[in-house]
Amino acid sequence: MRRIICVLLENQPGALSRVVGLFSQRGYNIETLTVAPTDDETLSRLTVSVEADEKVLEQIEKQLHKLIDVLKVSNITESAHIEREVALIKVKAEGNMREEIKRTADIFRGQIVDVTSGLYTVQMVGTSDKLDAFVTALGETTKVIEVSRSGVVGLARGEKVMKA
Amino acid sequence: MEMLSGASMIVRSLIDEGVEHIFGYPGGSVLDIYDALHQNSGIEHILVRHEQAAVHMADGYARATGDVGVVLVTSGPGATNAITGIATAYMDSIPMVVLSGQVPSTLIGNDAFQECDMIGISRPVVKHSFLVTDAKDIPEIIKKAFYLASTGRPGPVVVDLPKDCLNPAVLHEYQYPKDIKMRSYNPTTSGHKGQIRRGVKALLGAKKPVLYVGGGAVISGCDQQIMKIAEQLNIPVVSTLMGLGAFPGTHKNSLGMLGMHGCYEANMAMHHCDLIFGIGVRFDDRTTNNVEKYCPNATVLHIDIDPSSISKTIKVDIPIVGSADNILDHMLDIIGEQTNQDPSANASWWKDVETWRAKDSLAYDTSSEKIKPQQVIEVLHKLTNGDAYVSSDVGQHQMFAALYYPFNKPRRWINSGGLGTMGFGLPAAMGVKMAKPDDTVVCVTGDGSIQMNIQELSTALQYDTPVKIINLNNRFLGMVKQWQDMIYSGRHSHSYMDSVPNFAKIAEAYGHVGMTITNPAELESKLAEALAMKDKLVFVDINVDETEHVYPMQIRGGSMDEMWLSKTEKS
Repeated sequence: MRRIICVLLENQPGALSRVVGLFSQRGYNIETLTVAPTDDETLSRLTVSVEADEKVLEQIEKQLHKLIDVLKVSNITESAHIEREVALIKVKAEGNMREEIKRTADIFRGQIVDVTSGLYTVQMVGTSDKLDAFVTALGETTKVIEVSRSGVVGLARGEKVMKA
Repeated sequence: MEMLSGASMIVRSLIDEGVEHIFGYPGGSVLDIYDALHQNSGIEHILVRHEQAAVHMADGYARATGDVGVVLVTSGPGATNAITGIATAYMDSIPMVVLSGQVPSTLIGNDAFQECDMIGISRPVVKHSFLVTDAKDIPEIIKKAFYLASTGRPGPVVVDLPKDCLNPAVLHEYQYPKDIKMRSYNPTTSGHKGQIRRGVKALLGAKKPVLYVGGGAVISGCDQQIMKIAEQLNIPVVSTLMGLGAFPGTHKNSLGMLGMHGCYEANMAMHHCDLIFGIGVRFDDRTTNNVEKYCPNATVLHIDIDPSSISKTIKVDIPIVGSADNILDHMLDIIGEQTNQDPSANASWWKDVETWRAKDSLAYDTSSEKIKPQQVIEVLHKLTNGDAYVSSDVGQHQMFAALYYPFNKPRRWINSGGLGTMGFGLPAAMGVKMAKPDDTVVCVTGDGSIQMNIQELSTALQYDTPVKIINLNNRFLGMVKQWQDMIYSGRHSHSYMDSVPNFAKIAEAYGHVGMTITNPAELESKLAEALAMKDKLVFVDINVDETEHVYPMQIRGGSMDEMWLSKTEKS
């Protein structure tokens, strides 16, 4: 099962490499990983999505906690949560195709953010599944030239917060 | 406020931390620290012959005392040579601070001479590491390094020191912090009260309980509490390789070591018990055999300070996270004067245990004309009254020492259990001897292992470290050969040492006493003679039977009760 794990860690040089190293060292598969400083500049927030069963998930959470730079670990997958991913997709856009691509982007609530005579770059925000579906839909309309995805970020819904 | 250079701050911080010994090897990047060591008294520096040995010495020192071992190496090869030692300490949770030199920060990343990314290369085998970027941070980082190394689940901490941060010409305000707080590091020590109550209930209700003690029991110093629980509730005790000595090996409740080469009674008791009470253990693969077939009827109660050790390989029913001494104190308070709920069940459980014990699984052929390795360890035990510090390397001799030298006190058995590092024994023994100069320190080794750090005989002469080396010389890599005998139809691929040197002469060349024993009749008298030379390092090279195997040996893929008991007999 796919899990989204959020980690608050000290914004220190090398802290990220400890997290990434832990995953490769113990054979856990990272699907996506994003990291950036938070509103508190001494902290970074890292979101990682992994494919893991219950037992592996338990170990991942414990092993992450064990890293000295890590303050908080939260698996948000199990309870109500919001997850988002951004994708920038460069597609071939010539002749009649241009109108069709625009329509498809509108249906998915994507935005065309860069235009040349032969190319569109479309921005899309949503869950990973939605992004997958959009890329597939575009692929049926035109040729997808390049895709850049941010990886998942997430927050628990409601009152639940993860702060230092 | 006092003004000091970065290099002097390192030395002063160590002094303020109470460090008495430091093990190391100089080089370009750390010359400023070596100069500061020269100008400050109060710390004895031990100059080794190879950085790996420096780390093992600090490790042996830490294992025998419980204090933090301290290492100082230079950048590049100095740092990489230290890695095996650091990994050894990491696997066995040994408190250690390793100071490594680094090229000046302006050169980092330039492939400078003797540059190596020590933080990167050590990352998987350290508890934590620091790269100093500003000399002003040195006192706080050293304080944090010692704090992290010695608290919670202990482990090695690396402090990487770029040369420009050590510059003797630049002075900074020096004050050593009194205490340290880290918001991201708060190890649990006390244990959850509800879980402790559940644990006690399970323990008192068990009809066939086993205490299963490991290295964590030694580290937390809970041997007295284990003794109380074992005696009051009359529970049999098994130990891991790392736990030997946490419960006296000669106590009537001790069933000895469990696992791959564990005693028959220990493995049988595990397999048939209805409650495993693990204290500072990690259900490592050498102690469980096939996890699918592991102890089918057992409820598992487990104390460990590291939550990630709980339910890692074996599902735990009642986990208690915290320091074993605290938790056992609390459990003993609740137990009070109570004893087992069903005394007749306990009596019947002991009847089973005694039947297994009667099998005498450590018996060996005593009529041989060759010296048996088991016999050497038994004689050593007798001559040292079971009270020596014994280090070992890795292989058959390690298992023989673990099985035939019952340890009655914790911190007496010094071996590389987790990583299994050959070459550990001699430097570790030397580290122990420096910490415990009045005690007998013996290194039990083999002709393969000893050659992995034999150069330290030179260090032993320089610092007058009279350890006793007992070399169980069988002209083979014995454990490799045993596996080849048992699993590879006797094909001895590269396990024969075709040109074993004259070890006695090597010892003499290094300025020590060398001795060779080939005749079983002379074993005891010559060993006694060696041990009597209190102020000499004596290298006792003993020709032992090369056909000997370590038994029992669990059958691969089987359950705990499936063992070879000899070359021909299975359990």
